[in-house]
Amino acid sequence: MSVPATAEGLPAVPESVRGGYARTWARRVGRIRESKPALIGLGVIAFWVAAAALAPAIAPYPPNANDMAALAHPTPSGAHWLGTDHLGRDIFSRILWGARTVLTVAPLAVVGAAILGSLLGLTAGYYRGLIDLVIVRACDIVLSFPVIILYMIILAHFGSSALNIIGVLTLTKAPIIARIVRGLTIELREREYVAAAKMRGESPLYIMLVEILPNARGPLIVDMCLRTGYNVVIIGALGFLGIGLPPPDPDWGGMVKDTYGMMSVWPHMALFPCAAISSLVVGFNLLAVGLREIGLRD
Amino acid sequence: MALTVARFVLKHLAFLLLTLLVVSFLVFTLSEFSPGDVARKILGAYATQEQVEILTKQMGLDRPVLVRYVEFLGKLAAGDLGNSTRFKVPVQDIIWTRLANTAFLAALAFACIVPLSMLLGIVAGMRESSTLDRAILIFSTVVASVPEFALGVFLASVFVVALGWLPGTATLVAGGGWSIASQLVLPVAVIVLFDAGYVISMIRASMIEVMQRPYIRTAVLKGMSFRQVVVRHALRNAMINPITVILLQINYLISGVVVVETVFAYPGFGRMMLEAALFKDIALVEVGALVAVGVAVMTQILGDLAYMLLDPRIRA
Repeated sequence: MSVPATAEGLPAVPESVRGGYARTWARRVGRIRESKPALIGLGVIAFWVAAAALAPAIAPYPPNANDMAALAHPTPSGAHWLGTDHLGRDIFSRILWGARTVLTVAPLAVVGAAILGSLLGLTAGYYRGLIDLVIVRACDIVLSFPVIILYMIILAHFGSSALNIIGVLTLTKAPIIARIVRGLTIELREREYVAAAKMRGESPLYIMLVEILPNARGPLIVDMCLRTGYNVVIIGALGFLGIGLPPPDPDWGGMVKDTYGMMSVWPHMALFPCAAISSLVVGFNLLAVGLREIGLRD
Repeated sequence: MALTVARFVLKHLAFLLLTLLVVSFLVFTLSEFSPGDVARKILGAYATQEQVEILTKQMGLDRPVLVRYVEFLGKLAAGDLGNSTRFKVPVQDIIWTRLANTAFLAALAFACIVPLSMLLGIVAGMRESSTLDRAILIFSTVVASVPEFALGVFLASVFVVALGWLPGTATLVAGGGWSIASQLVLPVAVIVLFDAGYVISMIRASMIEVMQRPYIRTAVLKGMSFRQVVVRHALRNAMINPITVILLQINYLISGVVVVETVFAYPGFGRMMLEAALFKDIALVEVGALVAVGVAVMTQILGDLAYMLLDPRIRA
């Protein structure tokens, strides 16, 4: 009964070829083929990105057009592949257009959180001391807020918009990324190349951004994948609660909210958008599982 | 030992108090600096400017923010939580019943999540990369990916619409031939599935790490049965990290519960907060946010405490 050896357990092969960035990256991307979850996840994401990009070209109807004739029989048919909703709007077209919204807002919020979180984490981990303490405590306070509750407070005061959603998601996810980056920075700042850069007289900002950050990217990439998935869930949940992106533009969560009351008569109206959002999140999470498996964290 | 625990609890309670102070100040000032004055929000869009001014005077809203903030804190400390404009009752009359309902739902879910995810996580993690492990890994990833409202719709379409075995709402009022117990099945199932997926993957990861340690190899080479190695040696160490994660889950539970309560029309804290926010019921939103953050921080403290008690290295 032996413990199975994993690729992760083995010592890493030293990368002697410095500078061959294009090649090492190509090899890493190539290694995605080694992991079935990563491949499936990537495939699902690619599918939705294509759907979002091509929505204006392939959507058979405008997302908000009402087909009154279809209202009598809203179930899937030749004219409406996935049927229509309670207002006679084509569900297939709305799902395609909805992909655009969610695939813009979720990654934007993740990029925002990654930038803010990395800066906070680098500063805290590099300087330590009082700055570190203040940043860590501030992060703890933000993290103690359930996101939806925070969003409700903002909504109660400012109303709902795409910008507010991106802002709240950036603010609430940044502390998580700051924690990860801080931990890595504390470890990395003791390395020889950081000492060398210090001796060359480089500024702290240069050392943080050019010497430390690139070496922390592995865990960051895996985490950003997970975060994007979570953001899709939250955006969907906000839409479902009726506090997401303002109507009438299609948003998967909002589509479910509008129609789940009619489940007993026309379950397809709620089921298709639910399937769409679930598959997209599964895609991101499988990709994260796969990336971690491959050990792309270097 | 007892002294360490006491110091730990005191230190963390101080942090809880600090967090609540910061949060209450932020929430309070947010209502000051957001567009439109408080009196207007309370009276609604159809009140005349005169009415707004009278209420502003009455409530003393024309005084400086800091003065009113201190007053607000004083009132909270005295147990006066203000009045809910949405439910037309004092805040304390509604918030505790709703919180109790949610705690009931969460406790039921928690009682299922812990044994289920421990079992699956340990079974998956004790033999990494086995077929069973792959199956559990994929299952937990997929289940944790499906948003709660989508899980609710999927489960409802099968068990409510197609099979007719369960009711689609959980109003906690027995009616339409459904008992309260049957109403609770679906909401609890949704929370359990969504959260267990995450906890399973944490326990699995922790178990894999422990199984690779030298002392496990020693135990195996000593000739112990695999079962004994897992139960006697691996379990305790593998459970240290997940316990904190499980307690942190309560924080996610609060967010998730809002959605689940809305799907099933459950009269809980989350739906109350949603209604308060949609109705711009400032007093209820303020107190509710404080309660939510208080609960979240308390569970974090419990998590840290459990971590300390379980890991002898930190106890010293």
